[in-house]
Amino acid sequence: MLWLMIKRRLKRLPKLWRSQTLRRGIISIIGFFVIWELCARFKVPVLGAVPSPTEVALCLADQINEAYYWHSWGSSMVRILTGFVIAQILGVPLGLLLGFSRKAREIIFPLIELMRPVPPLAWVPVSVIFWPSAEMSMIFVTFLGAFFTVVLNIVEGIAAIDERYIRAASSLGASKSDIFWHVMLPASLPSVLVGMTVGMGITWCVVVAAEMIATNTGLGYLTWRGYVAGEFPMIVVGMLSIGLAGYISSGLIRRIGLMFTPWLESR
Amino acid sequence: MEIPSARPGEALPTNNPEPPAQSFPDNDPAPGRIEVESLYKSYETESGFREVIKDLSLSVTEGQVTAIMGPSGCGKSTLINLLAGYEKPNGGKISIDQKPVTGAGPDRLVVFQETALFPWLTTFENVAYGPKIRRELKGEKLDSVIMSLLRTVGLEDFRDKYPSQLSGGMQRRAELVRALVNRPKVMLLDEPFRGLDAMTRSLMRDYYLDLFERHKGTQVFVTSELDEGLLIADRLAIVTNRPGRIKKILDVALPRPRDESLRGSPEYLSLKAEALELLHEEALKSFKAGAVNSADFVGAYAAMG
Ligand SMILES: Nc1ncnc2c1ncn2[C@@H]1O[C@H](COP(=O)(O)OP(=O)(O)OP(=O)(O)O)[C@@H](O)[C@H]1O
Ligand SMILES: [Mg+2]
Repeated sequence: MLWLMIKRRLKRLPKLWRSQTLRRGIISIIGFFVIWELCARFKVPVLGAVPSPTEVALCLADQINEAYYWHSWGSSMVRILTGFVIAQILGVPLGLLLGFSRKAREIIFPLIELMRPVPPLAWVPVSVIFWPSAEMSMIFVTFLGAFFTVVLNIVEGIAAIDERYIRAASSLGASKSDIFWHVMLPASLPSVLVGMTVGMGITWCVVVAAEMIATNTGLGYLTWRGYVAGEFPMIVVGMLSIGLAGYISSGLIRRIGLMFTPWLESR
Repeated sequence: MEIPSARPGEALPTNNPEPPAQSFPDNDPAPGRIEVESLYKSYETESGFREVIKDLSLSVTEGQVTAIMGPSGCGKSTLINLLAGYEKPNGGKISIDQKPVTGAGPDRLVVFQETALFPWLTTFENVAYGPKIRRELKGEKLDSVIMSLLRTVGLEDFRDKYPSQLSGGMQRRAELVRALVNRPKVMLLDEPFRGLDAMTRSLMRDYYLDLFERHKGTQVFVTSELDEGLLIADRLAIVTNRPGRIKKILDVALPRPRDESLRGSPEYLSLKAEALELLHEEALKSFKAGAVNSADFVGAYAAMG
């Protein structure tokens, strides 16, 4: 799927090049690398401490042949996926319940409002103490990162459903449960997906931080190890990998989401 | 039942293999008669208690188009919501064929001011929703009924498009059809063509008239365009400034089928003059009410120092 996307993009490249916006974008990116390289070469104060693009590229070329590098990808991905999936399994039904039942909202919402302002990162130390294994604690914070976002997005999505749809359905003869399945659910689906996409971004933030503290595997640890060992190009490789991994996960969610909401795509 | 459906400015296929007006689901139910008796509706708002409808009585004749006109904010949409059963009156009675209205139902279908097509269903699925949910029609029968209706309004090629892919005018047509396919006893239309450009609007009126001629049901049609009202209505009910009640009902005894050419006829012109005067009176009251309120406001402000 990803490969197909890339191929389609590549095919459009010649046409895209004619667009001024894109040309400027590319020039700015190339310019950025050139200046970065020059800064590193001439040991410009502060900026010069960062490893140069060529060093980073060499380091990356080494790394992609290392099993350990791919193992780091694997461990982080497993954590993200587990935490994220559990967050959806618990968060989607809870969000729907809160969205529909006023009573449930009045009982549970204050609790959520109380916990929500604590940033997921702040949970890392306490959950390391709390959970018997490091793996569990990391999955837990990942879960938290995605959970609140999903719940809140669903509740907001349901609150924003236009009354007219509900009225139209009830005029057409829909029962309460018909209205739930045929109106409320599809109408709130777009905000569920927004919640998932945003939640995925938060999840990556959290897992990286947790890996730096609590474990010796994963992309976060890879980056941290680079710092501890003084292998500066390694830090940048780690950063780039985390960025790419986050980008791929969010992209996947968006793609899957569009399969469930075809009416949003075909405008 | 069968009328020619070619209209100026609209290319209807002449060599259509299907009969152009395939007869609508067997036995259309008898159109309903609406009786509204001293209706009363008020709201509690932040700015205080507000009477929107007061002592409104009206009988809507079965099988006719009753157009409702009145100044903005006089309670027309509120009346439609009450007739539809979305809201409950604070006083008075509404009945359809002697049965009191207690909630929403498929015997009274509403076409809203803005589109209320479900964005997540295609045109066809939207139209099919009512019959499917009530398990009345299905399979090929449902398919052919819907397609014949979609053809009547020129949407047969858009059956698999989502509402967001349709133009404003197409959305309104799809919505008309979505209501009609349920063979309601009564159709309630709340400024269904508001917001469309003048050309589309007159085209929509023609589609609407065409559908009405075929499927005669009782129609309550709120509009703010006098010409639209006169061209579609059998009776034109004029509502007073808020709190709304019926000021006068004009009989629009113009021959059907109707088209633009009527607009020059002496009967039409004298009706229009009469309606304009009544509407103008009420609009002026509404304006004055606004003016008085703002004067009060300024006065209060000055008093506050
Ligand atoms: N749910 C509500 N709560 C409080 N006030 C309301 C409510 N619905 C309508 N109103 C008030 O009732 C009055 C009549 O509203 P309504 O929408 O029925 O007018 P209308 O005749 O349809 O006007 P328009 O021509 O602008 O569509 C308005 O003053 C409006 O502010
Ligand atoms: Mg209105």
